[in-house]
Order: sequence, then C-alpha cells, then structure tokens
Amino acid sequence: MSGIIAQNTLDNSGLVKAPAGGSDAWTFISKTTASADATVSITSGIDSTYKLYLITLKDVHRADGSEAWLGFNLSTDGGSNYDATKTSNLFNTHHRENDTSASISYNDAQDLAQSTADVNISTGIELGVDSDASLCGTIYLYDPSNTTFVKHFLIKTAFMSYYSANPWTVNTNVGGYANTTSAVDAVQFKMNSGNIDAGDFCLYGLTT
Amino acid sequence: MTGIISDNVGRPSGLIKAASGGTSTGAWTKIKTLTAGADSTLDFVDGTDDVVLDSTYPIYRFSFINIHAETSGEKFTVNFRDGGSAYDATKTTSYFLAYQDEAGSGDAALSYITSKDLAQSTDAQPIAQDTNVDNDASISGYLHLFNPSSTTFVKHFISNTQSMTLSSGNPYSYQAFVTGYCNVTAAIDGVQFSMSSGNIDSGKIKLYGLGDS
Repeated sequence: MSGIIAQNTLDNSGLVKAPAGGSDAWTFISKTTASADATVSITSGIDSTYKLYLITLKDVHRADGSEAWLGFNLSTDGGSNYDATKTSNLFNTHHRENDTSASISYNDAQDLAQSTADVNISTGIELGVDSDASLCGTIYLYDPSNTTFVKHFLIKTAFMSYYSANPWTVNTNVGGYANTTSAVDAVQFKMNSGNIDAGDFCLYGLTT
Repeated sequence: MTGIISDNVGRPSGLIKAASGGTSTGAWTKIKTLTAGADSTLDFVDGTDDVVLDSTYPIYRFSFINIHAETSGEKFTVNFRDGGSAYDATKTTSYFLAYQDEAGSGDAALSYITSKDLAQSTDAQPIAQDTNVDNDASISGYLHLFNPSSTTFVKHFISNTQSMTLSSGNPYSYQAFVTGYCNVTAAIDGVQFSMSSGNIDSGKIKLYGLGDS
C-alpha cells in the first residue's frame, strides 16, 4: 500500500481501503452507566439495523442491602413493559476462595419455562456487596427484529459472591429465547431487591 | 455519508472512511499479534511493543489460534501482572470441561476439574486441557479480561478453549471453560501465556480492545 491511503492507515479520519472480506465488525451503539438506579434500560438502538447485538456488562455493583441477584428482561413495546415470555436454561460453576467448595451444576430453580419473570443472570446467588466485588459478562441477542422466529439469547457472566461470609467466584451460563414473534426492541436490567449501584452496560451491533 | 464512499460501506474492496477512534473498523480494535516460535512465554505488557492494556478499553480479548505445544501432557496457562514485573496476581477460579473421544466410545461428559481451579493462588491458571504434540493437534479459543485498569474492583476473566487432546493414546475433543478473578484492586498491566513445561512451539495470540464510545 502506498500514497495517501497508506498514510491514513491507523488514522481516525480520511480514506482507507475497505477491509478484505467485507465490513463484518462490531459497532458501538450506546453506553448506559448505572448510578444507584432501580433499573437500567436500553430503549433505543435495538432494531433491524443489526442481526446480532452484544451487550457487555462491566463491573456491575449492587447497593448495600439484602441478598440480591441481577435480572434481565426483554420488551416488545419499546420499554413500556418488560415481560416477554421466555424459556431458558441455566448452569453455573462456583469456587470459594477458601477452597472448601467447587462444582458445576444445572440450576433448575433459576431456569424459566414460559415465564415473564426476569432471567436471573447471577444464578440466584447474591452479588457481593464489598467495595471490590462486581459482575462482568456478555449477552448476545440474536435477530431481535425478526417477526418470524423466537428471539434467542446467550448470556455468560462472572462475579464475586458471598455465602456464609466466604467469597466465591461464580460463573453463570444462560441460554434461552423470548417465545414471541413480535420484535424485541428494548431490554432491562434490575436487581430483585435494591438498586444497581454502579456499572456500565454497552450495546454493540454486528454488521454482516 | 454520500457518494462513492457511502456505496463502498460493507464491500470487500474500494475506499471507505477511516474508523473513528483508531486502528480498526468496528468496536473491536486489534492491538497486537504475537506469533510463537518455540517461546517459553508470550507476554503482553502495557506500554511495551505497542501493547495497550490499560483504561483505553473496558474489555480486552485474547484470541488463541492453533497453539501447538512442544511437550505433550502439559498445560497451556495464563497469569497476570498486578504491579512489579512478576506474573503472580492472586486468583480464585473455576474450571470445567466438556469432552468426547474420536472413537465415539461413549466416553463423553461434562466435568468440573478441581485439580485445575485455583483458590487464592498466585500460580498460573490452566486454560485448556493437557497438550497433545501430534502434528495436527492444537488449541484455539479466547479469553476476555474485564476492566483490567480498575483500582476499585477485582478483575474478572472468562476463557473458553477447544483442543485436540490425547487420553490413554486416544484423541479427544476437549472444551475447557475457565472463569475467575484476580483478587486484587491494583491494575493488571501485563498478561503472560506459557506452558506448564516446555515451550509454545507455534501459534498466534491476538489481543483486541473493545471500545465503549
């Protein structure tokens, strides 16, 4: 490569060659930062522009209070109601810092069968409330604007939890679908009790 | 956007506008590729050899492409630097596998492996099932590292690898899932990959950053 095109490589402006193979790339859409919020909702940017969306969760921290876990739900009416009917599966691993307990298990208390309740993305285990405890993870939402098929999602989170004062690392894996042929156009996160103290929720779309 | 530039968006040729924010089209920015050639370690250190591993990105991804070991039966591992030059961040992790043998003998299962998790340990964390040195055997997969520059929270990571592994002389497909955190509030500014013994014979590790603006 030579000339002005070469000069623009790695620059933030100007003209460059289109990537070989096309422009498959994740596009940043929005960031929502929680600050002692009861809910975090993403009500724009989820439409037919992209066939696959990624939501990243960075250092979600809950406020002090009773035991609480983080929930996720979907809306088909622009965020007026977060009550899509869902069927999902969930399994998790955990390991305590003091090495007294470690396992993988299917968690049938936290899966959903045609339920409008929130998807539990922290395994029904309380998020740690210590100042250094947080939850991180990813959510892939497939073709939310499709009006033919159900809407699949895949969720993977990692967080620090507590049980009997012992910190754990917990990994939650959720697969499921919103059992609707209506377009999903908004999503929401909330604790089952108390506020989301902090955390970033970023939305990306995949151009294909 | 109008004209020929607009027409070229999404096409595999022609001219387009440079990506806002830097070195890549899209939110994932490729930062560095390391290619193994009988190396004892592959190190990504912030500020060294064009590596960025700081607050520039909230999430980093390491992609493993056909990692091939020099020695059989060893572990492909990761460790983290949390100040100083040693890769010795304290970690608590979980490790489980899904596997199936090529023969289809029914030896297939999902299993938690207590010998490969860590409880407040500074040891390197295995992120794949034991190595196989057959010419066509390798390890591929990824590791996500969340917000390594935070000085408030622990540093979570999630890894998923797929490998061809020998067990009792039989080749298996092994998928390893590792999740955990560096239990430190100091920033993580270096990540090291190595084998538990012997060198990384070949393969590539690519580092990407995911922008949030």
